[in-house]
Amino acid sequence: MSELTEVIVGTKKGLFALEGDAGGAFEVTARAFAGEPVDYAARDPRTGRVLATMTSPFYGPKVFWADDPAGEWTEAAGVALPEDADAALKRIWLMVPGEEDGLVYAGGDPGVLFESRDGGESWTLNRALWEHPTRPKWEPGGGGLCLHSIVPWPGDPRRLAVAVSAAGVWLTEDGGESWERGNEGLVAGYAPEGAPPDEVGLCVHRLERAPSRPERVFMQFHGGVYRSDDAARTWTDIGDGLPSDFGFPIAVDPADADSAYVIPLTADVDRVTPDGRVRVYETRDAGATWSPRGDGLPERDAFLTVLRRAFAATGEGDRLGLYFGATSGEVFGSGDAGATWSTIAARLPPVYSVAVS
Amino acid sequence: MATVRLRGQLKQLAGDEAEHEHDGATVTDVLRELEEAHPAVRGWVLDERGRIRPHINVFVNGERGREDTALEAHARLEIIPAISGG
Repeated sequence: MSELTEVIVGTKKGLFALEGDAGGAFEVTARAFAGEPVDYAARDPRTGRVLATMTSPFYGPKVFWADDPAGEWTEAAGVALPEDADAALKRIWLMVPGEEDGLVYAGGDPGVLFESRDGGESWTLNRALWEHPTRPKWEPGGGGLCLHSIVPWPGDPRRLAVAVSAAGVWLTEDGGESWERGNEGLVAGYAPEGAPPDEVGLCVHRLERAPSRPERVFMQFHGGVYRSDDAARTWTDIGDGLPSDFGFPIAVDPADADSAYVIPLTADVDRVTPDGRVRVYETRDAGATWSPRGDGLPERDAFLTVLRRAFAATGEGDRLGLYFGATSGEVFGSGDAGATWSTIAARLPPVYSVAVS
Repeated sequence: MATVRLRGQLKQLAGDEAEHEHDGATVTDVLRELEEAHPAVRGWVLDERGRIRPHINVFVNGERGREDTALEAHARLEIIPAISGG
């Protein structure tokens, strides 16, 4: 009997846990935070603990943790900006396990990074990024000044890359004590001609690191798909062959540093799947070529929007599991690296995030 | 002594009690006392800057109050989320 796959979905109206066989049928096994916008939720594979963040329109952003998504949730402490800040925390976008026991990172709006040393029960703000001298120039993207991507370096807790929309990529090699930009080669086609590179808003949509070759990082940009082979310092456009240079999420195969997956949307002014067809595009040669993967996905009259945290991968190689959700409430899954797909949930609230374990 | 009336999630966070008696000269003073008595409420009504969250209404004796609204003896505070959503 195959092991069940768990997909945790954050939606506009709560958290849903789905369970099923990869490539087969799934069912809803838990719902939490009914009625509340759950921006992101995921299980920490090291401990089994589930972390979730919701932004109540009334009570503000909160992070909770639980061992069982159907059980009791406990609110985490310390998820707030300093009392003397000129703004309040607006939202937490994601939580990501770090490279030490108990270490977890959280990214949020306005462009902030939090760190937990106890598996997500309590958090402290990363002061170096908060007080970075360039911060007054940071501009928010359409989704706010969101720190939406955190990619640790396997085995080295000192090295970390994060991305902020629209303040670009930031790198640390000293555990967050200092930060430097990692934006060389990115082309902001929406910026005024001749704008100084460090002055423009660099609207990164998502980063993913190739764990088997950590210096390689893939990026979906506001206009373009990029690859870095020098630890996110310089970037090369690899978007040729895609139907569009616009999209939000990106996923990688942990076993193959040449493999990545994107879900193109028509354009920044038309953020739906092109031509009414839902297709995931795969590269197996680090972006030199791209191939559509859509067997089992809607082929006509399907104009879906897939947000930046609504695409996740599990496993590797031919058994790579890929799962993504749309703002129209569908969640799709593949248990064979995108070769075939099935609809694992059809009528959820608008999907904000997908995580899989 | 002011009476603070809570409902919904706030009531649950405050020991599942709807009414709370606290001293304070202003709305902020009383809300801070409430947080002291029930730490789970911290961050839910007042944000990290000490401001009432934008979609929370605090009524003092039936009138819309602010953080610095002065309270008379036996003031009645009602904390009510805005009617909104989608």
